[in-house]
Amino acid sequence: VFVEQFNFLQSLPSIAPEVGLTIMAIVVLALDLSLPESQRRNIAIVSFIGLAALAITPLWWGPPSAEGQLMWGGMIRHDALSQIFKVMILLAGAITCLMSIGVKGIGRKGEFYLIVIVSTLGGTLMASAADLIMVFLALETVSIPLYILAAFKRDDMKSSESGMKYFLFGSFASAILLYGLSLIYGYTGQTNIYQIAEYLGSVDFANNPVPVLGAMVFILVGFGFKISAAPFHFWTPDVYEGAPTPVTAFVSVASKAASFALLVRFFVAVFPFDLSIGGQEIQGFWVQLVAVLAVVSMTLGNVLALSQRNIKRLLAYSSIAQAGYTLIGVAAIQSQTSQGVAAVGFYMFMYTFTNLLAFAAIILFSEATGSETIADLAGLSRRNPWLALAMTVGLLSLAGIPPAAGFFGKFYLFQAAVEADLTWLAIVGVLNSIVALYYYLVVIKVMYVDRSEDEDKPIPLPSAYAWVLGITTIAVLILGTFGAQVIFDWAALGATALFS
Amino acid sequence: MTEGFSLPILSLIIFIPIVAAVILLFMNPQQRDLIRGISIAAAAAVLALSAAVYFGYNGQVEALEAEQARLLEEGGDAPATAMFERGLAFEEKVPWVESLGISYHLGVDGLSAPMVLLTGMVAVAGVLISWNIQDRIREFMAFFMLLVAGVYGVFVAIDLFVLFFFYELAIFPMYLLIATWGWVQLREYAAMKLTLYILIGSVIALVGVIAMYFVAGQFFTDNPNLLPEGARAYSFDMTQIMFAAEQGAFNVPYVGEITFSQVWFPFIFIGFAVLAGVFPFHNWSPDGHVAAPTAVSMIHAGVLMKLGAYAALRVGVQLLPEGAEVHLPWIVFLTLINVVYGAFIAFRQRDFKYVIGFSSVSHMGLVSMGWATMNLTGMTGAGLQMFSHGAMTALFFGCVGMVYDRAHTRDIPSLGGFIKKMPWVGFAFIVGGLTSMGMPGLSGFIAEFPIFQGMWQASENITLQIGSFTLSNYYSILVILAALGIVITAAYVLRVTSQVFFGEFDAEKYPEVGDIAITDRVILILLGAPLIIIGVYPSIMAPMIQSGLRPVLAMLGVGG
Repeated sequence: VFVEQFNFLQSLPSIAPEVGLTIMAIVVLALDLSLPESQRRNIAIVSFIGLAALAITPLWWGPPSAEGQLMWGGMIRHDALSQIFKVMILLAGAITCLMSIGVKGIGRKGEFYLIVIVSTLGGTLMASAADLIMVFLALETVSIPLYILAAFKRDDMKSSESGMKYFLFGSFASAILLYGLSLIYGYTGQTNIYQIAEYLGSVDFANNPVPVLGAMVFILVGFGFKISAAPFHFWTPDVYEGAPTPVTAFVSVASKAASFALLVRFFVAVFPFDLSIGGQEIQGFWVQLVAVLAVVSMTLGNVLALSQRNIKRLLAYSSIAQAGYTLIGVAAIQSQTSQGVAAVGFYMFMYTFTNLLAFAAIILFSEATGSETIADLAGLSRRNPWLALAMTVGLLSLAGIPPAAGFFGKFYLFQAAVEADLTWLAIVGVLNSIVALYYYLVVIKVMYVDRSEDEDKPIPLPSAYAWVLGITTIAVLILGTFGAQVIFDWAALGATALFS
Repeated sequence: MTEGFSLPILSLIIFIPIVAAVILLFMNPQQRDLIRGISIAAAAAVLALSAAVYFGYNGQVEALEAEQARLLEEGGDAPATAMFERGLAFEEKVPWVESLGISYHLGVDGLSAPMVLLTGMVAVAGVLISWNIQDRIREFMAFFMLLVAGVYGVFVAIDLFVLFFFYELAIFPMYLLIATWGWVQLREYAAMKLTLYILIGSVIALVGVIAMYFVAGQFFTDNPNLLPEGARAYSFDMTQIMFAAEQGAFNVPYVGEITFSQVWFPFIFIGFAVLAGVFPFHNWSPDGHVAAPTAVSMIHAGVLMKLGAYAALRVGVQLLPEGAEVHLPWIVFLTLINVVYGAFIAFRQRDFKYVIGFSSVSHMGLVSMGWATMNLTGMTGAGLQMFSHGAMTALFFGCVGMVYDRAHTRDIPSLGGFIKKMPWVGFAFIVGGLTSMGMPGLSGFIAEFPIFQGMWQASENITLQIGSFTLSNYYSILVILAALGIVITAAYVLRVTSQVFFGEFDAEKYPEVGDIAITDRVILILLGAPLIIIGVYPSIMAPMIQSGLRPVLAMLGVGG
């Protein structure tokens, strides 16, 4: 494995977003101290513009390169895969900041944005981490701020409870993951994930694959928690419901996307498809494991979502199911030419916008009405037709109905599965998407069909939220039509970077 | 056949309704007249373009016939694909997702051109019949326009991905239209049932199509010399997959000894045929039709069910002919159940709209039965039946809607004598009714007669192997049973006509019943006239449909 000779200026572009984020964090802290209470609202706008501008930095120094480079002593890998994931995490952070602006108890608190920025920083690091130390550091940098954010509404019992739950489950999962990482280190004596694979495949390594498989299972459990895949999903509904909604949105997209980036990078690098230990194909093992996780997550998430009454809980179970769909793409990574990674990249990209759209609509609704139950959405299309339409686009995208981006997203995943001879998995996936369509349609039905006593009370649409909804809706529609190719090709480039 | 047409006419047909929908959504909901004006202008524009497509194509059918005969004579690598490609007109092809071989490829042939015309007619009729919708007319029209765009997209798609894209695109507006503006007692249940039924069928077919894509791609990778110049091995383009199919790419063992084509054909054919109401998956259809607002019933029974039958033929039979030869001989039993059982149930209904709903199930069974004959006569009949039934059912639902709007009930026994007050509607219903029972001189006869004739012809060649037992000559028995369906059709049509339109009119009970508006008359003429025109002058459509079917038959190895 070739590590670049250290050159400060050449290495800088690979962490440009992280440097920018650190500066942003300091700026926001300073603003929080210096601005009077009445103007603190502007911190949200500053954070939004800053993060959105930083989303360009991964691309600033030239187009995405397929050839990856290990930088900073092998801690960071700079390639097209890290670029696409960094961009989506930064955009997720930016939009989260903007959608927090009108939330009571959050919108005017500078420290909220500070913590979001720090968590985003962890996410971008996760997307490019190439060393066991960095993997764990990045994971914790994402997670610890999120525990705080989940409990941000101190006076709200539910919020505190969700923070506590998230913290307990999260640290438990981190510990298991860390144990797996330390086992891997113990077997190989290496911390760089690219060197581990080399050593595992070499003759120096003992011929018994079982301990390695054990470590792999520990690591997968850790990741399974982070992406909220069943059966490690128990925290998801409670945390999604209890946490302040912008935090839920951020957890559901940024943290998930970063974890998927790390998941595919880690497994492809450490357990590549040509690796065999003691004559045992290692990849076949984790592919089967991931396929099982995918089936369990999809089915469980969708079935449990059917009976939800709270829209945030519904989206929590839907997010478990979405993790299951995305895992189909991970299971489909069986060769260098496979579209699996590209499908995962595209899916996460479109999912970021889709989920942010759905949560932004929920924030607007619940701030205006104080309710988060599905039944209270009745008459929304009369109270604010734009809000109803935006929410509908988001839900359709989650369901995978064109012209929303979800159709392309699911299509790529199922296509990758069929390509990898996992046709059965694709069938399970499409059948699940029918179940999912049912509960999304029920929500749409409530908004358009059901009547309510409040339907003559319009819900105002503040300009910040008009921007959030506008940006995300248009992004979802463009990704579902003309833009699909560009992002998919970018993700495909990232996929090849993974193998080179 | 694209000479002289530089205008992207098919894209216009798809995008005019979409643009209209977007404009409508941005309008002030109070400007009802403007909303109606934009909707009818968009619908009229697509109807005009559709007519241009239809008659433009029709003018060249004779030349095409000669060409196709020559291509078949010459043979070559893939005569059927060559015939199909030769038959495509108004083609547009733009790469969409190149890395996966998806292109925005549109075109019409002899099978889709009549469907395009039908969609235009029903779109105009649908807007006109929804003229007086009170509740959120802006949203109604916008979603209706999206639905029309989706339906058009499926009929003109030559790329399979594009076909699915529009197929799924049509589903959501349909759900919302039925659930929001439908009949209060049934709408939510029916809309959901309909959506889920249709989607299950289509997504399973989608997996099948993805599998086809890989098998065809692998085939071209293994035989690069067969690949058309400059083409990608992996492609969703129907012409390229058809080319692979004709070279035998799908006749390879897939699951054990069973070939790919045999494994996937039933899933793809029945998956699409769910939308055509094939037994036992017809259950959504009567409920869906009854619950839907009139405009949606019209487009649903009139056009969307055809979409299922069309896609079943296009993707199922045309691309997997070997599977068709194995499976259609038993699928034909399902279609027989459709025809007879549907008619029986229709006979038993008290609700005016349910009668029409079940009659659709029965008549669409005839279309699938026509496909199952696998010969030119029967399939031409099925193609004609798609058009004829589309116009006829839309007309029926239009009539039912007009009666219901004024009488506020659809209970057949309590209606009566309406022809005195609504002569136009009564007359139109009688024309539709005579068409549906296959009266000579109307399009129903032109369509149903060849289907039965085709069944007799097929009887000699088609056998069904069940274990060691071979069933032969059974098509002739099926056709006799199917004819029973026609008798029952006549019975229920006459019963409904006599009870609703004749007899005593109760003026006290139905004070609001009066004659219909001018917009309603336009609808009745627009939908009723083609039934008579095709009935007396079938060569305005039959040769065209035959030209579209010849490539399919060549794939089936039957020849022209």
